[in-house]
Amino acid sequence: MELYELGLRDLQDKLNREEVSIREIIESVLKRIHEVDDKVKAFITLDEENALKKAAGLSSKESRKGQIVGLPFALKDVFCTRGLRTTCASRMLENYVPIYDATAVSRLNAEQGILIGKLNMDEFAMGSSTELSAFFPTRNPWDLERVPGGSSGGCAAAVAAGEVPVALGSDTGGSIRQPASFCGVVGFKPSYGRVSRWGVIAYSSSMDQAGVIARKVEDCALIMNIIAGHDPLDATSANVEVSDYTSFLQPNIRGMKIAYPTECFQQGMDEAVKNLVLNALKKYEELGAIIEEVSLPHGEYALPAYYIIGPAEASANLACYDGVRFGLRDYEADNVLDMYCNSRSAGFGDEVKRRIMLGTHVLSSGYYKNYYLKAMKVRRLIKNDFDQVFKNFDLIVTPTTPTTAFKLGAELDDFLTLYGNDIFTVPVNMAGLPAISIPCGFSDGLPVGMQIIGQTFDEGRVLKAAYAFEQNTTYHNIKPSLGGEQR
Amino acid sequence: MALTIKKVEDIALMARLNLKEEEKEDFAQQLSLILDYTNSLHNIDTDNVEPLIHILPIYNVFRDDVVSPSSPRDEILLNGPLLEDGQYKVPKIM
Repeated sequence: MELYELGLRDLQDKLNREEVSIREIIESVLKRIHEVDDKVKAFITLDEENALKKAAGLSSKESRKGQIVGLPFALKDVFCTRGLRTTCASRMLENYVPIYDATAVSRLNAEQGILIGKLNMDEFAMGSSTELSAFFPTRNPWDLERVPGGSSGGCAAAVAAGEVPVALGSDTGGSIRQPASFCGVVGFKPSYGRVSRWGVIAYSSSMDQAGVIARKVEDCALIMNIIAGHDPLDATSANVEVSDYTSFLQPNIRGMKIAYPTECFQQGMDEAVKNLVLNALKKYEELGAIIEEVSLPHGEYALPAYYIIGPAEASANLACYDGVRFGLRDYEADNVLDMYCNSRSAGFGDEVKRRIMLGTHVLSSGYYKNYYLKAMKVRRLIKNDFDQVFKNFDLIVTPTTPTTAFKLGAELDDFLTLYGNDIFTVPVNMAGLPAISIPCGFSDGLPVGMQIIGQTFDEGRVLKAAYAFEQNTTYHNIKPSLGGEQR
Repeated sequence: MALTIKKVEDIALMARLNLKEEEKEDFAQQLSLILDYTNSLHNIDTDNVEPLIHILPIYNVFRDDVVSPSSPRDEILLNGPLLEDGQYKVPKIM
């Protein structure tokens, strides 16, 4: 096996046994990127020179004192990186170079991880296919004619293609889990507030959460140990004790109570996807878990409520792009109002404009009560549904998405269909819960993901159930062909 | 309920966006479609439901009133598209 194919923990073992050097690991990953990224198009910015420099700086044993010394990682281009261009896949921020690191990034740096580069996404994290990047679409390593999902599509594609073992993404309505599902990798969204949002460019502040995409559950746990925890720089970050997530990596789940909601296995579902997730539930039963059907009656209202709350918050967050302090600027206008309007119109793509317009409308006087306030009340009912189930169950299992990855361009002109991809993931963000997507099989050669949802701050049990399934199945060992022959 | 072109123009002004004529028509249609889509929310009785403003029970978060260093001014200005004498420059406001 090549080094680029290994996970963080396997690489760590090899380093500890002095079988490889850090330089060899970084070179293997970079070589792989040069080989395949022309096809996959996952990276917006590659930080090759600094990565090699950092590897050289860790050549002596005395210099190594972190949890992920010398291990490569990449970032969705929504994370601010000091001195390294951070675009959010938008023309607006095409030349933006942050002067600080996001907290999650500085924590990975402090543990001596090595940043490889910045990954493609839907502009400002608004989208489910990564086709809405202002620069170029990313392709699904399992079928280059299909989308990798989104908005963290660059992360999922890069991890699936062996370009990096792990990447940080962000998830507002499914943006980590849906692409992980489409690309056959693991995508973990922690509870709202678990990981600092400082330096993560904001879309919808009451739902945005940073998380991990990796090929193995154990690598998610390892990264969570570093990035989770209170941050005084993020007023909404939770001051709640953080567990050692690697301690949950045990395959014994006997007696665990798992619910599956009737509503998530009904209309609009791809039959193959549905059956694979039902098979996964049988697997859990074999492993000694107790499986029962439940109801989440307000789930169907999550998407309409999301498309009020998300845009409303986005319209406020994106007001900061005014062409004055950073970002794209129109130099022609002779008054400040035209300068604002021209700069913003030139800098934002259609979907971003659509959501800003929608959000501005639903927050405006006369409409607030009927739209925004109504959606916030419905959000309470969605949360109550989950609370009710969690009185009697440890976890909830659903498909991550209703279908497998769709073709590039297929849903580009039909945004309501595109929004529908997030039907099972959005309710989780509305309720702030932790959830993971893990591979649970293939349909016509395309990966299918299963979503495991836990109670607020109970990331441990989610990881445990995911690990148990992974250890008892082999789906995660199958690698994409990248348009060539299946391996 | 379909949005009129006039309404779309008003929203665009509030949102500080310039729309071309064809964009106005597209947005009128698309935003109406999404607003219709959200109408199902009105099938639920929420009269006695408290809005869920924030998922965590966090209200005011204060830090200690201690002075700490800010980012250096020169560095912050590096991202400014148009500067003069160490300040941001904008077209006339009045």
